[in-house]
Formats: sequence, C-alpha cells, structure tokens
Amino acid sequence: MKTTSIMIVGVGGQGSLLASRLLGNLLTAEGYDVKLSEVHGMSQRGGSVVTYVRYGEKVYSPVVTEGECDFIISFEKLEAARYADCLRRGGKIIVNTQEIDPMPVITGAAEYPSGILDELKARGFDVDAFDALTPAMEAGSAKAVNIVLMGHFAARSGIAKEKWTAALEQTVPARFLDMNRKAFEAGYGG
Amino acid sequence: MKKLLIGNEAVAWGLYNGGLRVISSYPGTPSTEITEFLAKHDDIHTEWAPNEKVACEAAFGASLAGARAACAMKHVGLNVAADPLFTLSYTGVTGGLVICVADDPAMHSSQNEQDSRHYAIAAKVPMLEPSDSAEAYAFARSALELSEQYDTPVILRMCTRIAHSQCLVEVGEREEAPLKEYVRQLAKYIMMPGYARVRHPLVEQRMRNLRALAEDCAYNRVENRGSRIGIITSGCSYLYAKEVFGDSVSILKIGMPNPLPEKLIRDFAASVEKLYVIEELDPVIENHVRALGIECTGKSLFSPLGEFSQQTIRDAFRKEGFPFENAPEKQGDAPQVPGRPPMMCAGCPHRGMFYTLVKNHITVLGDIGCYTLGAVAPLNALDSTLCMGASVSGIHGFNLARGKETEGKTVAVIGDSTFMHSGMTGLVNIAYNATNSTVIILDNSITGMTGHQQNPTTGYNIKGDPAAKVDLEALCRALGIARVRVVDPYDLKACERAVREELEAEEPSVIISRRPCVLLKYVKHGEPLRVDAGKCRGCRRCMGLGCPAVSMKDGKARIDRTLCVGCGVCGQLCAFDAIGEGAKE
Repeated sequence: MKTTSIMIVGVGGQGSLLASRLLGNLLTAEGYDVKLSEVHGMSQRGGSVVTYVRYGEKVYSPVVTEGECDFIISFEKLEAARYADCLRRGGKIIVNTQEIDPMPVITGAAEYPSGILDELKARGFDVDAFDALTPAMEAGSAKAVNIVLMGHFAARSGIAKEKWTAALEQTVPARFLDMNRKAFEAGYGG
Repeated sequence: MKKLLIGNEAVAWGLYNGGLRVISSYPGTPSTEITEFLAKHDDIHTEWAPNEKVACEAAFGASLAGARAACAMKHVGLNVAADPLFTLSYTGVTGGLVICVADDPAMHSSQNEQDSRHYAIAAKVPMLEPSDSAEAYAFARSALELSEQYDTPVILRMCTRIAHSQCLVEVGEREEAPLKEYVRQLAKYIMMPGYARVRHPLVEQRMRNLRALAEDCAYNRVENRGSRIGIITSGCSYLYAKEVFGDSVSILKIGMPNPLPEKLIRDFAASVEKLYVIEELDPVIENHVRALGIECTGKSLFSPLGEFSQQTIRDAFRKEGFPFENAPEKQGDAPQVPGRPPMMCAGCPHRGMFYTLVKNHITVLGDIGCYTLGAVAPLNALDSTLCMGASVSGIHGFNLARGKETEGKTVAVIGDSTFMHSGMTGLVNIAYNATNSTVIILDNSITGMTGHQQNPTTGYNIKGDPAAKVDLEALCRALGIARVRVVDPYDLKACERAVREELEAEEPSVIISRRPCVLLKYVKHGEPLRVDAGKCRGCRRCMGLGCPAVSMKDGKARIDRTLCVGCGVCGQLCAFDAIGEGAKE
C-alpha cells in the first residue's frame, strides 16, 4: 500500500503534540508501520510548529516534503498557508479558522493577510475550514481545539469511529477524558 | 510488544535494559529526553550535572567504580566535555561508558551545526550512529557491551531528526550488570606522562581492533540490489535514500561512523558502477572513501548545510539525470505569509529587564537560553551570543579593550542554569583581573529553554525532590564581587535604578534579576489586564515590550486576554493610566 502522509501544523502551545500522539496510538493499533516526527526547542516559544505523521506497510522517512502530504491539519489559518507547498495534488487541508497574530504582525512589521483561505482556494487547494475554537470552549477549554480538529479529521479518515474513540481513551489522561470526548464528537459531526 | 518511541526514549530504554546504573547529563536540545526518561526508573541513579564536563567526569567515576554509566548532551556540550573525552580514550573503562551526543543539523535550537563525528576521530573512540528509534534502542544497549569489550568509551551519535522522531520499537527486559570489583590500576587510570605514554599505543591497537570489527559487524551492512548504483550512507540519510530508491539501488549502511571499515567499502565500491556517498553535515565518510583511493560523488551533489530529506535526495539525483517520473506533484504554490518566529512568552520575567537595558541604550553581551530571544524585534536587546558562559567572560574582555568608554554602558546577561554551567569562572576573572563589569543573572529558577529542568539554583533535583540550593548572592560575593543586589524584573522602576546605580559604580557588580519562569506550574498568574480605549492615546509605548499579548487594533492598544498573565509591566509604561485589571474596554 502507498504511504499516507499527514501534517499537523500550528502555533507552539496549541497542543499539536497530543494530536499526534492520538494519531500514533490509533495507527499503531491498526497495525500500520508508523513514523512521527516533531521538532522541539525554540519552536515551543510561540513559533510555528509542524508534526509529520506517516503510515503504511513500510515507512522509511519520518518527514513529509513538497507535494507529498495527503492531509494538512492546521490549528491556525496562516499556518495552513505556510505549509501548503507540501500538499500533494488531490490532497486536503483541514483548517481551524482561528487567527493568532505572529510577532511581525503584532509589531506592525507585517499584516495578517486577510482572505488567506480564499487565496488558497483560488490557487486550487481543497480547503475545509471550520471554527474549532467555539466547540472546544463549549466542551470546556480552548485547549481542546486539538481534539475537535482530530474529530473532524476522523470523520474523513476512512478509519472506524470506535477505533478513534478507543485511541482517544488510551491517549488522554482520565480526568480530561469527558471534555475531550465532547470535543471529539463536536469535531466529528462538525 | 512494540511501542512508538522517540529516538531519545529508545536510547533511554536501550541504556536501561543494557544494565545502566548511573547517568549524569546537562540538558540540551535535542538530547534532553534521554536523561528525563531514565529518571523515571528508581533503581538507577539519574542526575542533572552543572555542565557536560562535570557530567562526563561523573560518568567516568561511576565507570571507574565498576558501574555501567552514561552521560548525554547536545553537540556543543561535547565541546565542554571534550577535555575528559580525549583522556578517557587513554584510560578506557571498567564499567561500560556511553557518551550520548545529539547533533542539530539545520540548527533548530543551536548556535552552530558542528559534526560530532570529528570528535570520535580525534579522540580515537568508537562511535555508533542509529537511523531510527529501533536502532537507537539496539545500539544504545550494545554500546555498553562494546565499551567493556574494547575497554573504551563509546559515543552514541544522535541528531535532531532521529532524537525527536518516533517509530515502533520492540523493548526487551533489563539485564542487570552487577558492579564490577574496584581494583586499583594505577598505570591505567593515572594519566601522567609516564603512564599515558604506555596507554597511547594501546589506544592505537584498540582502534586497529575496532577497524577489524567494522569490517564485519551488525552496525554496518550491505543491501545488495544490483550493480548499477551504490550508495554509502548513515543516520537519517539512509531513511531518505530508502524512501527515494527503495530496493532499486545497492546500499552500504554505516552504523559505526568511527572507525570506518576499509575492505567492506572497497568490496562495495568494486561491486557497483557508480558510487555515491550521502551524509548530512561534513564529508566524513566521503573523505575516508577518497583516502582509500576510491572515486565517489558526495558533497559535489549534497550540501554540508542543514538537514536532508527525501526531497534533497531527489533534487540532487535529478542533476545526475535521474528522471523520478513518479515523484510527488504538489497541488499548488503556497502564498507568501508573515513569519512566525519563536518569542519570549507573555509575562516572561526577562522582558522587564531587557526593556530597561534597551531604554538606557546599554550594550548587552548575551548568552544561551530563552533570553537569547531578547535579540529579536522589537527589543533587539543583544549585541552578541556565542556559547554557554561567554557573556560573562566576554564582557571582561570587552571592557579590557575599551576601558571607561564601555564599562558604564555594557552588561552581560546570563541565566541561572547557564551561570552554574560556565558563568562562575568568568565572574571570578572579572573580580580577579579587575574590570569594572556588570553582570546580570536572569534568575528564573529553572532551566527554561530545554523545557524546565531543575538545576543547582532551584533547590530540587531531577526527580523533583528537595536538594541543596546554591545561594547565588553568597556565591557571587565569595567569587570576589562585593556589589550584589537582587531586583524584581516586573518592577521597571527598580530595574532602572539597579541598572543605573550598578553601571555608575566604580567596581564590578552583579544584579540578580529574580522571578520564576511564568510557565512554571507553581507560579500563580494575575488577572488578565484590559485597555481602557477611552484613555489609550495609541502612543504605542507598550508595544516596545514585544509582549505577544499586546497588539494595536484600530489605533488603540489591545490585550489578548487568553495570553495575558497580568504581569503588569505594560501598565507601568502607560503614561495615560489606560491599562489595568479594572480598566473599561
């Protein structure tokens, strides 16, 4: 089988690590060969962060490069655009419509590009944009944005929902499970 | 059962199951998690040492006493530990000794991208280099054996991509390695000239023995897939080569980059029509191949800079006429978007002090840690960053060169952990050789940038248990600095006073800018602040702080309440009293 490549992108502190752990647990349980790659360090301080997830029968490289990505799951609008070169022909971008200003925008050195998602669509990208922040807050915390997004992706992943919920139980600490279940459901149906 | 492990956790399991009893390390991205994962085991000793030299020597002591031991560090940490390394090569070991070092090609979190393989060659010790977590586990485990078998420290070379990538690993059981008996061996362990001269030929013999091992060992292997193309590669470059070529080319995979085999390479080269070498950073394997008189293509195709990927390899081989007809095709071109560099967090205690320094036009020699981010806009506070401790040593030289012209206008800034690591000796030099220098210790009570590790100033050890706590004020006085004062960086007026007075003083001084990192769990955050739009004149003074929570909207300041921790520093700057907890928006 062909290797599937996913990128989880966002801003340091948005919880992409938990999302990738969820995917890792799910895909391992499914019996795939799995590789994940993330870069820590400076990127934790509010910088742009990217996690690669690849699975299939046999996966060699842990990284995803130009034109290879099947799904970009973006926690923030700008970040979806930043990594769009990686999307393969026919790939899909799932993006949270949240805006987080990067430092050059905060200082006035740059402007947050308005209509960035329309720009992506105009360039031929398949963009599935939705607000993950509101359902996350309804579930109990803005931090649950990651699981809302994963729920949304789950519904399009071709992997059965009960496999996802089992992986969710395995990944999330018990005391946050209720909140994350709600977040996942909201994303799944959203 | 197979588990998904990052490379560093796999190394930790390999060392643990290989009978490790002691590990002493200094944190450094991307090596930190090796020691953190080992600290979860209560049946071995784990610790954060003040620096890599101390860590390596502690590991040496444990090995001398008969225990299997290790230390872990980032590539630049090995510079600090190079002194013990070079002579450890002569003494050899009693208990197995593994030095884990993690390189950082592309400098994700480092000040250079040096290639640690040169150290293994220069120090004449074997080096192992895994390609993924499964090999990281296997190599770490067997490195302890190899060390005892050949009476040598073994360097385990990781890199960012392998340290922080996960793949499935079959983790076995721990094999206990009992403490070996301690026997005095003066000629082996006292490296004074008379004994060292006897040890050096043994080092050379050991390398000959290891070269023989390199010809036929599990670390180096040939994947014979036809005679057209042969690739010699190692580390993650192997994965990228496999990703691109699959089973269509022959590969000599090197898992032991020092010492490199000779016959294995000659035979491999002779079996293929065209030979390539693919390695990140320096042409270490390539130079070895060429020294054997074998023609190959390496750095003429591949850069010595940064990280590779499957794309790097495809791009390079296209130049060699490979069509890659099934290569990935992208959907479209990404639009240009503003960058998103890392920055100091909202409420970071370093910000108030940096603001004060910038406001007073102070030249600032910087150091290594979160506060290196003081260099970015809008603060642009730093004039230099070299290596751990260089701010304190450097300001002394700076003031030696320019004297009174700079003494009252220059400071060094260094974090608490970095000061413990290698700032103290520089401070001794300031006192002893008498420059009128001012050092600011940015004491946030944690090793921040690497993800919150305890250090000797925090009062806790790696397990979070109470530990001896260095008294920084007393220490600085004991090192010969009479003027030592503490200031709260959230209090801008106090910062201003401290900086002015200490720079005016006619003797060296230390300012301890003390407030715990805002991300520490025990730190209570204040109520987020608001901007009273009626009072805000849009003067942008608060914007000079570079706080991610403060921005301008429609000509007025705005505070992001999800980010603001209520530190109040912006409010102190506001001349119109527009910022406060109770301000009306």
